[in-house]
Amino acid sequence: MAQKTKQLSGFREAVADIPDGSTIAFGGFAMPGVPFNLIKALLEHGAKQLTLVANTTGGAQQPRMPDIGMLVENGQVKKVICAFTAATRPTDVLPFTPYYESGQVEAELVPQGTLAERMRAAGAGIPAFYTPTAVGTELAEGRETRVINGREYLLEYALPLDYGFVRARQADAFGNLRFHRSQRNFNPVIATAARCTIAEIDEPILPAGAIDPDDIHTAGIYVHRLVQVPPEPDGLWPTKRQERRR
Amino acid sequence: MSGTKGLTRQQMADRVALEFQDGWIVNLGVGIPTLCSNTDIGNRDIIYHSENGVIGYGPIAPAGEEDLNLVNAGGQNVTLRPGAAVVHHADSFGVIRGGHIDATVMGAYQVSRTGDFANWKLKGQKGGGIGGAMDLAACARRVFIILEHVTRDGSPRLVEQCDLPVTARGVVTLVATNYGLFEPTGEGFRLREIAPGLTVDEIRSVTGGTLTVADGLKPMQLAG
Repeated sequence: MAQKTKQLSGFREAVADIPDGSTIAFGGFAMPGVPFNLIKALLEHGAKQLTLVANTTGGAQQPRMPDIGMLVENGQVKKVICAFTAATRPTDVLPFTPYYESGQVEAELVPQGTLAERMRAAGAGIPAFYTPTAVGTELAEGRETRVINGREYLLEYALPLDYGFVRARQADAFGNLRFHRSQRNFNPVIATAARCTIAEIDEPILPAGAIDPDDIHTAGIYVHRLVQVPPEPDGLWPTKRQERRR
Repeated sequence: MSGTKGLTRQQMADRVALEFQDGWIVNLGVGIPTLCSNTDIGNRDIIYHSENGVIGYGPIAPAGEEDLNLVNAGGQNVTLRPGAAVVHHADSFGVIRGGHIDATVMGAYQVSRTGDFANWKLKGQKGGGIGGAMDLAACARRVFIILEHVTRDGSPRLVEQCDLPVTARGVVTLVATNYGLFEPTGEGFRLREIAPGLTVDEIRSVTGGTLTVADGLKPMQLAG
């Protein structure tokens, strides 16, 4: 497998060609697996009219790390597709929420499993699927449902992506990825759904073949660009969860 | 939660945890439900599943020993029990949608007499916080709810009909509040166990629908 390396020297270079209007998904669930460094580079890059896909819009924890809310504050976002437009605790206010409530940014609120499956479907060539999730709720109003074997299901469409930002523990030069613990979360499905997947990697990029093929979580065919995360303070790393500022 | 009658948050969680059977795969929601994992339920082995794909997590990691890339659904740094596995998000929700979760425990704003419940959006709010709640509610084999019996202004949370947007319909089979243990019956709620210091009449006055009382009503069973 002769392959020129996918490794780039920096995050700026990795996001340099992202045009205005792109649809970009960010992996991550709480701190683990969030591509903080790529999000920071996108903030500096300044692409606008973006549609962003992620579980949350961020800002619920301290210290605040680069998140969708910051891209919104920076005027780069048209629409967000996520499982939370508001915090779980009604008393908490996410930085994103006022922008959404005032209509400055659109949002599509999607159940978390449906969000993951819509990206999985996009990567797997399934244009749409039926799920029991959200049947009978406000989200299903006016939408297509179908009764299969006596149970009602809601039609959901695949969610293809222009770019996917992911974070993994290890990569080889071919782009094969290995995650550590709950760093995995949405990252493998995002990689399959994106036309261009950019991965930030915790450890030095290994030569192709250094990760046993049986131990690879995301095949390198889905990964197009790799950047190693430098140590702090140049690189951003997950921190210990802090109580929210009151 | 100060000034409320009856059980503490941990006691409500304890009561629900006593329902767990050996070998069950259980998903605990953020907040009070998380406390179910503290309950001593003897030698029953429970496999805790978290939305982010962790199957078989254990207690919160001791200070200084956290793996910052290992969290539960609430973002807390947890540990893994022997036999744990990690899958990606689509597979994790395959576990949920595929009917492999024996029980999910969630908080809620309201539960209706027909087993509907609401926990993702407040009245008049634009958007909300769904997370994995709708997938779990629609697909877990059992949906258990823990909530304070009344709102801050004293209104019932066990209601005839949810007036908040629902998370799923007709799925709740067991509700633990600080006043007692209940089952939605269609017409109302059946009181199975009563918390210390409460009377049936008192509970009836703050419960929607028809309150029936189980034969041989018992005091609330508590752990330990």
